[in-house]
Amino acid sequence: MSEREVDALSTGEVRQETMIVNMGPQHPSTHGVLRLLLELDGETVVSCEPIIGYLHTGIEKNTEYRTWQQGVTFVTRADYLSPFFNETAYCLAVEKLLGIEAPPRAQVLRVLFMEMNRIASHLVWLATAGMELGAVSVMLYGFRERETILDIFEAATGLRMNHAYVRIGGVVMDLPDGGLDAIGDFTAMMPGRIREYENLLSRNPIWVERNAGVGVLKAETALGLGVTGPVLRSAGVAKDVRRDEPYCGYETYEFDVPVRETADCYGRFELRLEEMRESLRIVEQCSERLREPGHVMIEDPKVAWPARLEVGSDGIGNAPSYVTHIMEESMEALIHHFKMVTEGVSVPAGEVYVPVESPRGELGFYVVSDGGHRPYRVKIRDPSFVNLQSVPAMVEGGLVADAIAVISSLDPVMGGVDR
Amino acid sequence: MPVERVQGHLTGRTAEESEEELKRGLLMTSLDKAVNWARKQSMWPVTFGLACCAIEMMATGAGDYDLSRWGMELFRASPRQADLMIVAGRVSQKMAPVLRTVYDQMPEPKWVISMGVCASAGGMFTNYAIVQGVDTIVPVDIYVPGCPPKPEMLMYGILRLHEKVRTEGHAS
Amino acid sequence: MNAQELADRVGERHPSVVVARQEATLTLERTELLGALAPLRDDPELRLDFLSSITASDRPGRDPRFWVAYELYSLELRHRLRVKVGLAEDGASVPSVTSVFPTANWLERETYDFYGIVFDGHPDLRRILLPDGWEGWPLRKTEELGGVNTWYHGGAFIPPVDRRIT
Repeated sequence: MSEREVDALSTGEVRQETMIVNMGPQHPSTHGVLRLLLELDGETVVSCEPIIGYLHTGIEKNTEYRTWQQGVTFVTRADYLSPFFNETAYCLAVEKLLGIEAPPRAQVLRVLFMEMNRIASHLVWLATAGMELGAVSVMLYGFRERETILDIFEAATGLRMNHAYVRIGGVVMDLPDGGLDAIGDFTAMMPGRIREYENLLSRNPIWVERNAGVGVLKAETALGLGVTGPVLRSAGVAKDVRRDEPYCGYETYEFDVPVRETADCYGRFELRLEEMRESLRIVEQCSERLREPGHVMIEDPKVAWPARLEVGSDGIGNAPSYVTHIMEESMEALIHHFKMVTEGVSVPAGEVYVPVESPRGELGFYVVSDGGHRPYRVKIRDPSFVNLQSVPAMVEGGLVADAIAVISSLDPVMGGVDR
Repeated sequence: MPVERVQGHLTGRTAEESEEELKRGLLMTSLDKAVNWARKQSMWPVTFGLACCAIEMMATGAGDYDLSRWGMELFRASPRQADLMIVAGRVSQKMAPVLRTVYDQMPEPKWVISMGVCASAGGMFTNYAIVQGVDTIVPVDIYVPGCPPKPEMLMYGILRLHEKVRTEGHAS
Repeated sequence: MNAQELADRVGERHPSVVVARQEATLTLERTELLGALAPLRDDPELRLDFLSSITASDRPGRDPRFWVAYELYSLELRHRLRVKVGLAEDGASVPSVTSVFPTANWLERETYDFYGIVFDGHPDLRRILLPDGWEGWPLRKTEELGGVNTWYHGGAFIPPVDRRIT
């Protein structure tokens, strides 16, 4: 720079302009297709606007054109990292409209799979958060543990992701033989792995530097913005739907709700590791309860999914004994099966709102029925959608590299945000 | 009785034209073969994970189903440095121009795998919000169905693409 | 407080509250909405200080056509109340609650995006999930599901490619 230019800078005569940088929607450091419009002054973020909608799928409109049972398959793909939560919340809402309750064993299975899903979702968070901040090996560790969980999911439901397992009236299949042993092996192995992640990251100076004190969101601002989940709990507010408005028998399980006071990204990191440990506790308690046999689907023939599924030579399908029953033994059973599968359940008119605690916060379903065979309105109150509103509050005034740490600590899943 | 020659459904070419193409392919020079072999050996995908299929794609790249065996674990963030675009997930109307822009930014030779049934044909979302198949926007080489496809299915699709590149080369 | 006690307490000020399936629903006119929220929050037995969700449902041909539903929750007392406002088809607008609950910002934008309901006083009311130039309000019952003719934003319909362009 010439002498004149140096003089101009030091006397403030040079006009400072901010730069507008667009991050995304295709970018390796955002969780899915999130677009951030950042106005930068050097490295400092002056203003940040998240732009969403790049994954808008029209799930809510689609459910209005399908039967109640088919709604499960649509809704499970909203927040695709926590499919069991979407399914359970939807089924709880429909069951509330119907005025029925799933059998106890089905409720235990729901809790079991939801908590394992929570661990799997937190593992993906850990993997992507680590990778985005540069700790690439954490990505491989996170997905390695997740594979164990997905193997259990696949054995029990037939799919690794987006299982249509939780149905109205219960769950569709019981655990396979050896399922409880696999879950026992998993709960025995997992605590050691969580300790591994802690040893790798918790006192790592780079990890601490990048996360401690970054993205501070105080409790009052968070509550005003409607933020729930680990972000709110890291600010000291112990709001957890499992504790406050229990569902599926959560009041009978022993678990703690971890809370931190630091309200920064590091607090959320520690919090999610704690939550994984608490989920393991619940999984162990569920395994104990599953030792007694029981029904997994409600007995009421007007509501229950009629098929009896079994693992056969070509995957999961109707049990041969059931096929024989409807094809050869009972005409009524065949007619009933036909009607339930094509026309579906008939749900009395009304509206309900059912919240559950998903790994990201309060996942709520507002379901309206007009008394027919199809949902009238299904609204998914997704935690990531509401949590993303807090990104400007956390990012503005900080450095642009911190924006990435903030978003990964928020753990948004764009499928839920855009639905 | 003369047999009617019908336009190939996918290729738009008659059977005679396809035969000629094949003969031309067989006459590839050893330089062409070497180039095709090199191209398939380490294709670098561009990160275009959109929805649930993206998680399965990440799982395919991770430890258990390792894409690194074929030199593909390095997902390039910049499309300028990539030669394969795996469209993993449902493409919404808002995302469609972004998809096309990223595709246009990739240098030749480039290939597209449409992963999952939402990318291939709209999937279960036949509605206002989802593009009914990304082949309306970009030319697709391999379609991998599934919702989401297991990592093994994606790997099979990738290996078929490698075969396609090795035997046919870039121009089809 | 369970739903019936909550309804009784709310009913002291607003008579149109119903309890169904252990949930209390309060129906208000659009002019009453903003004025009702602060007392609901400040009443020591209600303390409804958290807004969970805002959405709407559409009943075409009926009056009111749109019902906007606000889910209120109390962090302290752990109970819920639904507040519903009915809107006629013409001039479907309701005051925005962003001044009371900042979380309503995106929730109201989403409801506007889907139904075309205008929220008066919203700081930045524009589409959030659908592309900016989209015409129509997709979640209205009068709109079709779509998906037959693909519309590629930018105006062009690109026919399926069966030959690579090199």
